Amino acid sequence: MELIDMVLVSASALRLAIPVVLAAIGGLYAERSGIVDIGLEGKMLAGAFAAGACAALAGSPWAGLAGGITVGFVISMMQAFASITLRGNQIVIGLAVNILASGLTAFLGVAWFDRGGQTPTLDGASRFGAIRFPFADQVASVPVVGPVYRYILSDQTILAYAAFAIVALSWAILYRTSFGLRLRACGDKPEAVATAGISVSGLRYTTMAINGMLCGMAGAYLSLVQGGAFFRDMTAGQGFMALAALIFGSWKPGRVLAACILFAFADAMQGWLQGTQLVGFEIPVQLIQAVPYLLTILLLGGIVGRAEGPAAAGKPYLMGER
Amino acid sequence: MNRATTTMGGLISALINITVALMIGGLLIAAVGEDPFGAFSVAFIGAFGSAEGLSYTLHYATNFVFAGLAVAIAAQAMQFNIGGEGQAYIGALGTMIVCLLFPWMPWWAALPFAMAASMTFAAGWAFIPAYMAAKRGSHLVITTIMFNFLASLLMIYLIVNHFREAGSMIPASGPIADGLKLLRLDQVLNRLGYDTVEAPLNVMSLIALAACAAAVFLVWHTRWGYELRAVGANPEAAAFAGVNPSRLIIQAVCLSGGFAGLISVNEIMGAQHRLMLDFALGYGFTGIAVAMIGANHPVGILPAAILFGALYQGGASLSFLFPSVSRDVVTVLQGLVVLFAGGLTHVLKPAATALVDAFVVKATQRRANVSWN
Repeated sequence: MELIDMVLVSASALRLAIPVVLAAIGGLYAERSGIVDIGLEGKMLAGAFAAGACAALAGSPWAGLAGGITVGFVISMMQAFASITLRGNQIVIGLAVNILASGLTAFLGVAWFDRGGQTPTLDGASRFGAIRFPFADQVASVPVVGPVYRYILSDQTILAYAAFAIVALSWAILYRTSFGLRLRACGDKPEAVATAGISVSGLRYTTMAINGMLCGMAGAYLSLVQGGAFFRDMTAGQGFMALAALIFGSWKPGRVLAACILFAFADAMQGWLQGTQLVGFEIPVQLIQAVPYLLTILLLGGIVGRAEGPAAAGKPYLMGER
Repeated sequence: MNRATTTMGGLISALINITVALMIGGLLIAAVGEDPFGAFSVAFIGAFGSAEGLSYTLHYATNFVFAGLAVAIAAQAMQFNIGGEGQAYIGALGTMIVCLLFPWMPWWAALPFAMAASMTFAAGWAFIPAYMAAKRGSHLVITTIMFNFLASLLMIYLIVNHFREAGSMIPASGPIADGLKLLRLDQVLNRLGYDTVEAPLNVMSLIALAACAAAVFLVWHTRWGYELRAVGANPEAAAFAGVNPSRLIIQAVCLSGGFAGLISVNEIMGAQHRLMLDFALGYGFTGIAVAMIGANHPVGILPAAILFGALYQGGASLSFLFPSVSRDVVTVLQGLVVLFAGGLTHVLKPAATALVDAFVVKATQRRANVSWN
C-alpha cells in the first residue's frame, strides 16, 4: 500500500466514522446516566429524514441540521418519558423507537415526496461542503505531512470538526464538571445521587436530550454530507455499530472515538482489500464487514478484555425503592 | 387479584394497545389526505375478503407464530431474544442442505429432516449468545443484535458464492426440486374439485399449531417447564431449590432459536421454493410485537400472529389502492404496539387488572348484599 493510498483510506475512514461517533457519544450520555438506549439507530434514521426533508425544502444545510437535531430531540424526549417517568422497559422502548422510525420515515417519505421513500436530491448549496484549509494544495507535495494535512485534516465538513470537538467536550463534561460526576454516579448508583438531593429523573432527561440531539446530528450527516438525500433505511445498522463502539470503547469518550475509527477503517479498507489474496485465500468482503460485530462479541464474551457497563443502566429508578 | 383477573387485565390491555395503535395509524393515514376508514376496510378485505388473501394472511401468520414463540420461550426465563431474524437465516442453511442432499425425496419424507436440520442450525446459532448470557452475564439483547448482523453477512456470502445459480445475478439459490415443495391448501382444494388460485398456505401452518401445543405442554405441563418458569421468576430461589439456572437459560434460548428456524422451512419449501436473501427481513421484530400482544403465551400468540399476518397482507393491498399510503404504515403500527407494550407496562396492565378486579369485587358484594336482604 502506497503512502497516498494509506492517507486516502484514512481520510475516507474518518468520514465514515463521523455519524457513528456522534451517535455513540449520544449513547454514552444516556448509558452513563443509567438509560440503556438501543434506539440510536431509529433516532439517527429519523434525524436523517428530517434533515434531508428540511434541507430540500429550505435549500440550506443549516435548516436541515436544525431539523435533524429537533426531530432527534423530540423522539428522545418521548423515549425518556416512557423510560423515566413511566418506568417502562428501556430495551423494548428503544426497539419501538427503531421500528417506528423505520416505518414512519418510509411512510412519510412516500406520502410527501412521492419518490419511493426518498427525499429530493440536494444540490451543492443545500449540503455541507468540505472546508479547504489554507495552503492545503501548496503543501500537498511535501512528503508525509503534506498529504495528511491536505486530505485528512483539511477537506472535512464542519460536522466532522464539530464531532471531534464534541468528543473532547464530552470528556471534559464527564470527568471535569460536577454535572459529569453526578451523571456518572447516576448510572452506577442513582440512590446515592438522590440522597445528595439531586433529581435522578432530571439528570436522565438532560442526558436523553443531549443524546437525541447528537443522534439527530449523526443522521443529518448521513443525508446532508454522505448521501445527498435521505434514502429508505439509510442508516443500515450504523446506530447498532455505534452501540457496538460504545461497548467496545468501554463507555469512555476517548476509547469510543477510537473504536469508531477502528470500525470505520474496516469499512474503508473493503474497497482496497477486495480481490487481494491473503496466503492464497481471497478475503470475502462480508468478513471485513463483520469485524466490528465480531470484535464486540469477543469483548462481550470476555475473550478480549472485559465489558463492564454502568451498573444501574437499564433499571428504572423509583425514589425510595431499594 | 387472582390469575383469572390478571389474564383478563392482560387481554384488555392488549386490546387497548391494538385499538390505540390502529387509531394513531388511522390519524396518520388521514394526515396524508386519505380516508382512514376506507383504507382500513380495503386492508381488511385484502386480508380476509378472498381465499387468496386469507391464504396469504395465514401464511404470514405461520411465520409470525414461529417468530413469536422464538421470543416467548426465552421470555419465560426472563431472556429477551431479539435474534429471531438471524436464527431464521441460519435455519435456512439447514433447510437448504436437506433440500440439496435429498432432492429425490417426496416432501412428506423430507419435511421432518428439514425441520430437524433447520431447528438444529438455528438453535446452534442461538447457542453462543445463550451461553454468553448464561455463563458470562452478557446481555442477550446486545449479543443477538450483533448475531443478526453476522447471520445476514454470512448468508449473503454463502448465497452469492455458493448457492447462487451459475450466471444468475439475483442473490438467491436455484429452485428446489419439485417433489420437495410442500403440499399447499390450494392443491388440496383443487383435487377436491374447487377451483382455486395458487397461494402459499401450506402444511407448515399445521406444524405451527402443533408447535403452539407443544410449547404449552412443554412450558406449563412438564417438570422442565416448571423449572424454566421458576428460573424466570427468581433465579436465586430456583438455584437454591436445586435447579441450574444457566442450563435452563441456555436450553430455553436454543429452543427459541429452533422455533425461529422453522420460518425458513415455511418460506423455502412452502412458498418461495428457493433460498432468497433477506427472506425473513423484519420478522424478528414482528415476533416481538406478536409475543408482547400475546402475553408470551401460545394461546395469545396465535390470534396476535393472525392479526399481524392480516396487517402484512392487508398493507400490501392498501398500498396498491392508495398510492400515497405505503405498506410501511404496518411497520408504524408494529412500532406503536411495541412502544405501548414496553412503555406502559407499569400503567396499562395494572390499571386494566385493577379495573377488572373492581368489577369482580363489586359483583361479589352485590351478590352478598342480595343474599343478606
